[in-house]
Amino acid sequence: MKVSRRGFLKLTASGMGATSLAALGFSPARVLAEVRTFKLAETSETRNTCPYCSVGCGVILHGLGDRSKNARTEIIHVEGDPDHPVNRGTLCPKGASLLDFVHSPNRLRHPEYRGPGEKEWKRVEWDWALDRIARLLKDDRDRNFLARAGEVTVNRWTTVAFLAASASSNESGYITNKIIRAMGMTALDNQARV
Amino acid sequence: MTNHWVDIRNADVVLVMGGNPAEAHPCGFKWVMEAKVKNKARLVVVDPRFTRTAAVADLFAQIRPGTDIAFLGGVIRYLLENDRIQHEYVKSYTNASFLVRRDYGFEGGLFSGYDGEKRSYDRSSWAYELDPDGYARVDPTLEDPRCVFQLLKAHYARYTPEVVSSLTGVPKETFLKICEVISSTAAPGRAMTSLYALGWTQHSVGSQNIRAIAVIQLLLGNIGIPGGGVNALRGHSNIQGLTDLGVMSHLLPGYLALPTEKEPDLKTYLAARTPKPLRPGQMNYWQNTPKFFVSLLKAWYGAAATKENDFAYDFLPKNDRPYDILAAFELMHQGKVNGYFCQGFNPLGSVPDKAKLTAALSKLKFLVVIDPLATDTSTFWKSRGELHEVDTGTIATEVFRLPSTCFAEEDGSLVNSGRWLQWHFKAADPPGEARGDPEIMAEIFLRVRALYEKEGGAFPDPILKLHWPYRIPHAPSPEELAREFNGTALVDLLDPKDPTKVLAREGEQLSGFGLLQADGSTASGCWIFAGSFTQAGNQMARRDAADPSGLGNTLGWAWSWPANRRILYNRASADPSGAPWDPRRRYVYWTGKRWDGADVPDIRPDAAPGENVFPFIMNPDGVGHLFALGGMVEGPFPEHYEPFETPLSQNPLSPRSLSNPAARIFPGDRERLGTARDFPFVATTYRLTEHFHFWTKHARIPAVLQPEAFVEIGEDLARLRQIRNGDLVLVRSKRGQIKVKALVTKRIRPLSVEGKEVHTVGLPFHWGFEGLTRPGYLTNSLTPFVGDANIQTPEFKAFLVDVRRA
Repeated sequence: MKVSRRGFLKLTASGMGATSLAALGFSPARVLAEVRTFKLAETSETRNTCPYCSVGCGVILHGLGDRSKNARTEIIHVEGDPDHPVNRGTLCPKGASLLDFVHSPNRLRHPEYRGPGEKEWKRVEWDWALDRIARLLKDDRDRNFLARAGEVTVNRWTTVAFLAASASSNESGYITNKIIRAMGMTALDNQARV
Repeated sequence: MTNHWVDIRNADVVLVMGGNPAEAHPCGFKWVMEAKVKNKARLVVVDPRFTRTAAVADLFAQIRPGTDIAFLGGVIRYLLENDRIQHEYVKSYTNASFLVRRDYGFEGGLFSGYDGEKRSYDRSSWAYELDPDGYARVDPTLEDPRCVFQLLKAHYARYTPEVVSSLTGVPKETFLKICEVISSTAAPGRAMTSLYALGWTQHSVGSQNIRAIAVIQLLLGNIGIPGGGVNALRGHSNIQGLTDLGVMSHLLPGYLALPTEKEPDLKTYLAARTPKPLRPGQMNYWQNTPKFFVSLLKAWYGAAATKENDFAYDFLPKNDRPYDILAAFELMHQGKVNGYFCQGFNPLGSVPDKAKLTAALSKLKFLVVIDPLATDTSTFWKSRGELHEVDTGTIATEVFRLPSTCFAEEDGSLVNSGRWLQWHFKAADPPGEARGDPEIMAEIFLRVRALYEKEGGAFPDPILKLHWPYRIPHAPSPEELAREFNGTALVDLLDPKDPTKVLAREGEQLSGFGLLQADGSTASGCWIFAGSFTQAGNQMARRDAADPSGLGNTLGWAWSWPANRRILYNRASADPSGAPWDPRRRYVYWTGKRWDGADVPDIRPDAAPGENVFPFIMNPDGVGHLFALGGMVEGPFPEHYEPFETPLSQNPLSPRSLSNPAARIFPGDRERLGTARDFPFVATTYRLTEHFHFWTKHARIPAVLQPEAFVEIGEDLARLRQIRNGDLVLVRSKRGQIKVKALVTKRIRPLSVEGKEVHTVGLPFHWGFEGLTRPGYLTNSLTPFVGDANIQTPEFKAFLVDVRRA
C-alpha cells in the first residue's frame, strides 16, 4: 500500500495509531502494513460464546493487556472461533459486532435509583441499593407469605415475582432458581415462556 | 432439538416451517446449505413471507399465519392415504397399535370430556385400554378400529387437500408437491429434519403445532436418526439452559415439576409424578423421579434435608394456580404484585399489550432491574411524548437499576439449541461498578438471610437452612455452581452388583445420573446435567473437534445432555433386531453383546433386542406417541383452531369451536380482542438478521445497519391503501397503534382463504425509545394478551391490524 508522508500523518492523526516504528523512521507504507500485524500480536485471546442466538457460535475475544495481576484488559476485537464445529469461524452481523455491545455507550456502570414520583435517576452505592432491596423483600414476605392453605402446608409468596435472563449463564440461572424458590416465590419465569 | 446443528447436513429433506434460520440463525443455517450441496438435499419452506430462507428453497409455500395444523394435518392425511410411512418403525416404535378407551371420542371440533363453562377438558378418556396387569392392550395388525393408527386416520380424514388449500391459502398443487417430497423420507435410507422456531410456538395452538410435526416424523421414521428429528431453533443463547434448569413457574431443574397444593407431602408427590410402566419391560426412565427429586433437595438443603423431614419437601413453595408470565402480569395489573425483578429481559417490549404492561408496572411498589444495558422497561416511568405517554408524577414505583456484567466479563456455561453445554471464559472486567449476576443474587439473598437471622419473621427456615457452601459466600464461583448442578456423592456409593466396588467416593463428583439415589446419599442440582463436571474435570470446556464418523458427531467438543448423547432416541436408528435401518448410514446398533455406534446409545447398553426394550425410553410405554394420551390440555391429536383474532367467523374443520377451546384468556383481555370488521389484515411479528430483540439497538453497527422501525406490506395491500414505499403509516390493533414507515415488497402476496382475499402484514419489532436507533414506537403496543393453552406462550404470530396512511 503506497502512502505519501502527508497521507500517513493524516491517517495517524485520525486515529489509526502511531507506532514506534514510525518514530524510528521507517517508510509510511511499511509502517502501516506492520501496524496491522502488531495490533493482534499483542492481544490475549479468550474463548467465549456469542450471547445472542442459540447456535452458540464460538468467538475469540482479543484483549489488550497481558493478564498479569492488576493489568486491566480491554477487549479490542472479536472474531469467530475457527475451531468451533458449528460456526467454523463465521459470525453473523450480530456476532461480528459484539464489540459494539461490550463497549456500548448504554452500558450501565453504576447502581441507580428512582424514588416514587421522581423524574430522574439518582446514582447510589451498591450497599445502599442492596440493603434497601433486602428490606423491601423482607417486609413484603413477612406481610404476604402464606404458610398454610387450609390443611396444606404451602409456604408460598406470590406478591413478588422474578423474570430471569435467558442469556445469563447456567450457573447464574441455577443459583437464581435456588434462591428464588428458597424465598418461596412462585411467579418465576424467563424468555423460554415467550 | 432432538438432534443438533451440524447433524442437519445429514438430511435429505429439510423442512423449514415456523422459523427463518437464514435470517435468525445465520451461522447454523450453513448446515442446511451443506445438506443441499453435499447431500443433494431438498429445502422446503412454508412461511407467511418469502424470507431469505425461502430464497434458497427448492419449494416454497406462503401460508396464512396460524394455520400450520391445517397444513400438517393435511400432510398426515396424505401419508396415511398413500401409505407413505415407515411401516416397521410405526408398528414397533410408536403407539400406533395401542388400543384406546371406548369412551374417547371427537366430534365437531371437540374431544370427549369438554366442560364449556370451565373451558377445560376432563382427560381421563384420552387413555389406553388396559389389561388386568395395567398394561396397554395392543393390536399389531393395526386394523382394530380402536387402535391409535385407525383413530389417527379417522381424525385427519377431514384434512383434504381442498380444505387445506382453502384454509391456509396454499395452492393445492403446491401443497401436494410438498407432501410428495416429505413422503419420500418414509424410506429407511432417507431422512427429513424439521426446523422450527417461534413461528410455530407463538400461537394459542403452539404446542400442538409441535405435536403435529412429531406425529409426521414418527410416521416417517425420522426420529433418532442422523439428518432427522424435531429441531427447535431456540431464541436466546441460553434459553435452553434456563429451560433445562427449570427457571419457570411450574418447574424445578431437570424438568421436574414444582409441587402443587394437591401434593402436600413427598409421598403423594412422588406417587403422582412417577409414571407406572404401560408396557412390560420398558425403561420408563421417569420411574427414577424419586432419585432425581431427592438429589435436588439434597443439593439445595444439604444437611437440613433428611429422611425424617421428607428431605425438606415443605421448604418448596406449592402452587395453587399457574404463575406464568401472563398470569403474573395479570395479577400485577390487578394490583396483586408488589415487587418485581427484571433481569436481562425487556417485558415492555416482549410481553404482550404494552398499554397493559405499562399500567401493571405502574402499580408496583418496587421494580429491580438487573441488566448490562439501559432497557425500555427500566425507564417505563419516563414520559416520551407520543412514543410512551405516562404521568411520571403519579407512578409511585421505586425503581432500582443494577449494572451487570455481559458474556465477555464472566466464566460460565450456556446450552445451545443442540443441547450442548459450552463453557466460556472471562476476557475483561466489566465497566464501572457492574457486577456478575450470581454475585448480585447472592448479595441480595445473604442480606435477606441476615435480616431473618436478626429479626425473625415469616417462616424463615427455607432461607436460613439453604445449603450455602461457597468459599466466598457473597460470590459463588461458576465452578462451584457447575459442580453443584452436576452432583456429588454424599457417602461412598457401592456397586449394587458387587458391594466391594466403590463407584464414587464420598465428596466426589458424579460421572452421571445413573448413580443418583433416592435415599439422600447423592446430591445433584440438575440431574440431566450430571456428567457435565465430573472428577475428570469440566467436560463443558472440552475442545476436541474430531468427527470420526463423519456424521458431525464431535463427542469430544463440549458436553451435551443427557450423558453426552448428540441425537436423542438413537436406538431408533436400528430396527427391532438391532441392525441399522440403512447399512450405509449406521448410527447406533447392536454388536451382539451391547449397543454401540457413532453416539452414546440412548438405551440400556446391555438391553438385547430380544428383550424388546423400545427407543422412547422416557415414555412409560417405550414408544413414540402418535396419540398423546392426557399430555396436552386441548386434545390427544392436534386439531386446527383459528387464532384468537382471525379473519374468519367460522372454523370449517371444527364448527363447535372457532378458536382453541381450552386456551386461557383473562376477561379483560377478551374485551381487548378486535374483529376483522375493524382490523381486516393479519399481522405477524418477525426478526431481522441485524438485530436481536431490543438488545442490539444499543450496539453501534447493528443500529447503523437497521436504524429505523418499519412495517412490511405487500404490493397489493399497498395499492389497496394507496401507500407508497417509505410512507409513514398508522398500524392499529384493538390494543393500540404505532406510527411507522412502510416497506412495500413483493415478499408477501394476498392469499385466497375461504373465498376471501387475506393480506398479511409483517411486523419487525426491534426499536423503542431507548437505544442508538431512531426512537420509535414499540410494536408491542399492538399485540394480544393471550397464549398457548399448554404453556402460555403469547400469540404474537397471528393477530389482526389495520394499516392506513398516517
